[in-house]
Amino acid sequence: MTELHHLTLAQLAAGLQKRQFSSVELTRHFLDRIERLNPALNAMITVSGEQALAAAAAADKKLGAGNAGALTGMPIVHKDIFCTDGVRTTCGSRMLSNFVAPYDATVVAKLSQAGVIALGKTNMDEFAMGSSNETSFYGPVKNPWDLTKVPGGSSGGSAAAVAARLAPAATGTDTGGSIRQPAALTSLTGIKPTYGRVSRYGMIAFASSLDQAGTLTYTAQDAALLLHAMAGFDPRDSTSVDVPVADYSATLEQPLAGIKIGLLKEFFERGLDEANAKLVRDALKIYESLGAKLIDVSLPNLPLSVPTYYVVAPAECSSNLSRFDGVRFGHRCENPVDLMDLYKRSRGEGFGAEVKRRIMTGTYVLSAGYYDAYYLRAQKVRRLITDDFARAFAGVDVLMGPTSPTPAFDIGAKVDDPVTMYLNDIYTIGANLAGLPAMSIPCGFLGGLPVGLQIIGPHFAEAKLLNVAHVFQRETDWHERIPEAYR
Amino acid sequence: MSWETVIGLEIHAQLATKTKIFSSAPTAYGAAPNAQANLVDLAYPGVLPVLNQEAVRMAVKFGLACGATVSQRSIFARKNYFYPDLPKGYQISQYEKPIVEKGTMDILLDDGSVKRVGITRAHLEEDAGKSLHEEFEGLTGIDLNRAGTPLLEIVSEPDMRSAKEAVSYMKKIHTLVRYLEICDGNMQEGSFRCDANVSVRPAGQEKFGTRCEIKNLNSFRYIEKAINYEVARQIEIIEGGGKIRQETRLFDPDKGETRALRSKEEANDYRYFPDPDLLPVVLDASFIESVRSTLPELPDEKAARYMQKFGLSAYDAGVLTASREMGDYYESVIAKLPGNEKLAANWVMGELSAALNKDAIEVTQSRIDATRLAGLLARIVDATISGKIAKEVFEKMWAEGLDADAVIEATGGKQITDAGAIEKVIDEVMAANPKQLADYRSGKDKLFGFFVGQVMKVTAGKANPAQVNDLLKKKLAG
Repeated sequence: MTELHHLTLAQLAAGLQKRQFSSVELTRHFLDRIERLNPALNAMITVSGEQALAAAAAADKKLGAGNAGALTGMPIVHKDIFCTDGVRTTCGSRMLSNFVAPYDATVVAKLSQAGVIALGKTNMDEFAMGSSNETSFYGPVKNPWDLTKVPGGSSGGSAAAVAARLAPAATGTDTGGSIRQPAALTSLTGIKPTYGRVSRYGMIAFASSLDQAGTLTYTAQDAALLLHAMAGFDPRDSTSVDVPVADYSATLEQPLAGIKIGLLKEFFERGLDEANAKLVRDALKIYESLGAKLIDVSLPNLPLSVPTYYVVAPAECSSNLSRFDGVRFGHRCENPVDLMDLYKRSRGEGFGAEVKRRIMTGTYVLSAGYYDAYYLRAQKVRRLITDDFARAFAGVDVLMGPTSPTPAFDIGAKVDDPVTMYLNDIYTIGANLAGLPAMSIPCGFLGGLPVGLQIIGPHFAEAKLLNVAHVFQRETDWHERIPEAYR
Repeated sequence: MSWETVIGLEIHAQLATKTKIFSSAPTAYGAAPNAQANLVDLAYPGVLPVLNQEAVRMAVKFGLACGATVSQRSIFARKNYFYPDLPKGYQISQYEKPIVEKGTMDILLDDGSVKRVGITRAHLEEDAGKSLHEEFEGLTGIDLNRAGTPLLEIVSEPDMRSAKEAVSYMKKIHTLVRYLEICDGNMQEGSFRCDANVSVRPAGQEKFGTRCEIKNLNSFRYIEKAINYEVARQIEIIEGGGKIRQETRLFDPDKGETRALRSKEEANDYRYFPDPDLLPVVLDASFIESVRSTLPELPDEKAARYMQKFGLSAYDAGVLTASREMGDYYESVIAKLPGNEKLAANWVMGELSAALNKDAIEVTQSRIDATRLAGLLARIVDATISGKIAKEVFEKMWAEGLDADAVIEATGGKQITDAGAIEKVIDEVMAANPKQLADYRSGKDKLFGFFVGQVMKVTAGKANPAQVNDLLKKKLAG
């Protein structure tokens, strides 16, 4: 018999509907796997087994009564950046080690309304600041493909959990590549939708103008299912966009004949491992064989993405994280002598080194006398990069390139070198700066480690991206590979 | 040396919205601490602000009413600083692109001339909470009910030259925001307050002196006192050879003096930047026009109408239009007494206002409503009673809540207009005062007043004064 954790979300949904297994069985299966396998991976910060089983029992009643939705009874895991009513939300930080939100994030509430069961909260870089999951207060996450390697970040716990089949899907967030890069490093399908497509309400802010929630799944088909339940306008998020949500599943099979794929010249030129580049080119050949037209595209300002991002994101984070002051919630130092002592020690103790580094960078770039040279200039470059993308999409349907310059690297290899670490996001940041939807899908292995193909589309082209990814996955089996220890 | 004072005001008007500017929590004053602060006000992790459109509409109303430019695109920015009553660690305000720019406000000076004060800008922002230092021994209490309350900060040009001018400008804005029904104007509750930027310079010098900012003045009296104190303080320092330090100061109403709070060097670097959680506020022309169509007759327009149509002085028109309610009352009175607008103005500004002040009540709570006052004035107009008697009738009406006619009837205060009756009294008076009569007839004109007085005395003031004059002149002439 096929193991439950070998099935995709779509297959599990069908099984639940046909009552081949109950939600309680499914939930218990994954909770057991978490209990058994997570200690070595450290993918989970909090497991909410009791609540999950209670919700699964309720879902089974609905399934039995025949009034269930497509995702009723489906267990998944949430990145610990989403507030969950009654279940601790740490954001990977000591600062929130005692924080239990009194409300659900819109993403969590929408999925819960769709019948999804939350198994627990996944590990992540502290406040989503990191590309390797090593900045978490709760310790680094291991890559299921090789426990000495990082799973990527910041949604590293979500990626490791799904890759190791501890859950069939996970939510994640992507500010500069935090869904796509871990997806690439763990052989998963990750999608970051258009900025404004999914509500940010209840998602603890890192860089508000860049943050966007998305999913990590085995397949594009699963992503279509899950994203459809998450997306939509939210009156509580002023930056969410009131555009109808397409039925992503309905257009997955559209043929790709005649589709124009832009190849990002700058991506192949800069810092890309040659073997890695070859796997990406092989993937492009498959698209060509499906009738796609490959067109070279240059985005001259794209190489400025990383410096631009490392001004904008820290600036916003320096302000977003001011609310963590030890006054109303979160970590408070012992016996503060006065207000300044309360602030200094609570924040000094509550935040880790990378978070402090970015708060300081952000404070600096917004300071009187530096604002114009850094923040304002970065905003101008951001506009240029956005314009570059817009020009490119006038001639092509989607853009493709690598997701990450290298496969997963050793835990500890880059922790002491923030700039090298930041360059991991060199291919992913552009889509965040321009607010574009982007995906990473598995496209091969290098020395036993997964490699991802990145697909970027114009605003609100999620349906097209998922279609392009799904057709590729019909032709390939990279996304079906499971790390040996977790089969 | 003679000194010139330069004053600019930053007025904070709390907008009369039902809910806060970025959250759905109510704004009502006086609730138990923190009872009106929701997750957004408490800045819980993950929450986001959503702009209250009603606050935008009110700001636009103000902009249109002071002849300003209403920006079709304005931006919210974050003003970053740490303080326990500022839950997010930043205040959402408008910085580079405010919603209202370049308006004006005319004020009436003592010499009767009109001065135009420039309004640099008016922007929307949220209020902070309150820190309570007194009630907790060695601790500070935080009440976040006020956090997120919408404010319109109205910034003037440094156009005022005395504390008096500053007060009349402040009063004028106070009148306007209440006319527009965008602020309740309650200064005690802090709904309307200001910061005053004050400097002095030698008369004739163009360059401004170094200014000090006096924070949080919440009564007209304090503003005048604080500015006057501050001006004297600055002049004394400069004349003593010292220099003014740019600083923020607080006014202590008990001592009647200002004291330093923090210097420019200690001021925060607020690191303003556009708030990425909020979209630019984009207003199309049709929205702005729709707001314009809801504007009431404005105080200045009303005053101009009173002057033109009723022949009132600028001063009188100003007093009668100082509040929408006062104007409404006055207009209700004159609706029943066409042609007697000046008489009605005198009574509303005189007896009525005095009585309201004495009882410390608003015109809407007046114990004599407009219809009753019109009824009283009608008896003066038709000469049933004299003005002097009318004042006594007014007092009875106020005290007993009666119509004028009922009071006149009950007290026999009706005026004597019967010429025969008055002549009879005059004859009696002349007979009783032969010496004065002889003196008058031999040229002592001044004694005329004596005879008027005697006649009024005998009639207990009820004789019609004009008739008494006429008849006396005839009779005394012999």
